[in-house]
Amino acid sequence: MSTEQVTTRRQSAAAEGLSALSNLGYRLQRLPLHFIVIIFCAIWVIPTVGMVINSFRALSDMQSAGWWTTLFPPHGFTFASYQQVLNIEGVQPSIVTSILITIPATVIQLTVATMGAYAFAWMKFPGKNIFFIVIVGLMVVPIQMTLVPLLSFFKVLHLNGTIMSVWLAHTGFGLPFEVFLLRNYLGGLPREIFESAEVDGAGHAVRFLRIAVPMTLPAIASLVIFVFLGVWNDLLVALTFLGTSQFRPFTVMIAQLTTSFGGGWQFLTAAAVLQMALPLAVFIALQRYFVRGVTAGSVKG
Amino acid sequence: MVGGISVDQIVTALVAVIAVPLVLFGYIVVGEQIIERLPERIQLWIRPYFWALPAIGFAGLFMVYPLLRTVVISFRNGADTDWVGLANYQYFFTFPDTLTSLRNSILWLVFYTFFAVFLGLVVAILLDRVRYETLAKIAIFLPVPISAVAASIIWKFMFDYQPPGQPQTGTLNAVIGLAHHDPVAWLVNSTTNNGALIFVGVWTAVGFCMVILSASLKAISTEVLEAARIDGANEFQIVRLVVTPLLWPTITVVGTTMIINALKTFDLVYVMTNGAYNTDVIATQMFSQLQHNHNSRAAAVGVVLFIAIVPLLIVNIRRFQQQEEQR
Repeated sequence: MSTEQVTTRRQSAAAEGLSALSNLGYRLQRLPLHFIVIIFCAIWVIPTVGMVINSFRALSDMQSAGWWTTLFPPHGFTFASYQQVLNIEGVQPSIVTSILITIPATVIQLTVATMGAYAFAWMKFPGKNIFFIVIVGLMVVPIQMTLVPLLSFFKVLHLNGTIMSVWLAHTGFGLPFEVFLLRNYLGGLPREIFESAEVDGAGHAVRFLRIAVPMTLPAIASLVIFVFLGVWNDLLVALTFLGTSQFRPFTVMIAQLTTSFGGGWQFLTAAAVLQMALPLAVFIALQRYFVRGVTAGSVKG
Repeated sequence: MVGGISVDQIVTALVAVIAVPLVLFGYIVVGEQIIERLPERIQLWIRPYFWALPAIGFAGLFMVYPLLRTVVISFRNGADTDWVGLANYQYFFTFPDTLTSLRNSILWLVFYTFFAVFLGLVVAILLDRVRYETLAKIAIFLPVPISAVAASIIWKFMFDYQPPGQPQTGTLNAVIGLAHHDPVAWLVNSTTNNGALIFVGVWTAVGFCMVILSASLKAISTEVLEAARIDGANEFQIVRLVVTPLLWPTITVVGTTMIINALKTFDLVYVMTNGAYNTDVIATQMFSQLQHNHNSRAAAVGVVLFIAIVPLLIVNIRRFQQQEEQR
């Protein structure tokens, strides 16, 4: 008999003998546990909830009383902050710019990475190990290391201040990790499938497009979420290459408005809510993929 | 015009989204057609490079080349016309402002890493023992998808300060007001501001640590834990002597990620204080050097950041090589 069975038996025997009183005692013992967990959850949720509530209040209300006072009537909810934010010159275009940066950056990175990963997973070539060790090393290099030369490089290429510069910077930075992850996934696929396809006369193009890509879709899906949100939420790269450009993404717009508004910054809550709506929607709708995508990013610079 | 949309940009983006996969598709199909007509020996030699070329090319051009360039620039003058030896580094390690940023980054490195991993572990262990685990996990994970920019605005409200006597609009000052404590200007006061910023960093990171640690925790067999219980270990002993050692490999992986995050911290500090009141970190310091067109100084700051990461890079490569041997 395994220890597990012993304990279940003991537990069931104990359960039978458990009086209402000792049951209560057990629950009382666990009270501190619940207390700590609930306090913890509260600290992790309340700041966000507070800000979302604030975004629906008038600026004068935000400046004269805390968000919690709104929980009691009169609530005085209003969309004024949203109207004010969206009417600032450049805010609406900046949301479009964010989309125009994020989607191509994601597509470019993942198509290039999938192809490279296939070579590293299923082909032999001299120098492969060294190339791959470089890739593993590059995964942790901070993007700050590339910003200064890229600025002058993009000037030479006449890409300064264009959204393309941001695509390329993100691509160069994201590729090592994506190649690494996809190569591990591709390398884990059963060898027999590729071998039998080869016997049937399928070349590498067919094997890649008809077998490798479809079978890697789960990993690619997780990566899409990870990369998409990474670029959508990015501030540093966009600020460096587009900070003074006419095409500023939403995060840059919000950051610059926050640092430039002295007293009346509070209405920017509306902008923050709009900015985080997309990531939160993705998180809630695709929880499992989302968590997998984000956690796959551990040991990512 | 600030932040205008031009039709050009929309067209460029559309073209990129459609053309890049199409071009790569064409590259693969046409390239393979050509390669398949070559003699067998040349095929074997050329094919892998053909497939790896786009990825290696992109990474080389936009990652490796700039990385090496940064090292070179860091030894040159601002206009990149002459060598200046270690002058940029000397500046970094002697100028008071940059030294403050270095000190703060070390504070981030120690406290952010410790608390993110420690709290992540504590939460993972505690939540394992309650029935509403899934719901509580969502609550703790909620800050992860939120951008640092939005998180900064969220916490600017938490730390908001009004002079004593006025109604406090910041949540924290309202709470300590209940205990008749004077309001604190969290982000201005130099004894609290770095701690406040680091706490926000921790707040955004604990969910990430928790999820990974929790996954490893679930993988520990219940038999091991039951055996410890039967041997008379209490819950604290089990966590300290059984669970933590078993989770140690995961803890180091998560810790590595957190150290890198700590060293790279930029967004939170930039938006919440912009480095004012002695809250600068290496990354914000580097950015302000860039903005003042001190490119070579910025490069030197980047190199310092990189050197700090090198040990992790080596650990990462070692771990990779071990994993490869097991494959």
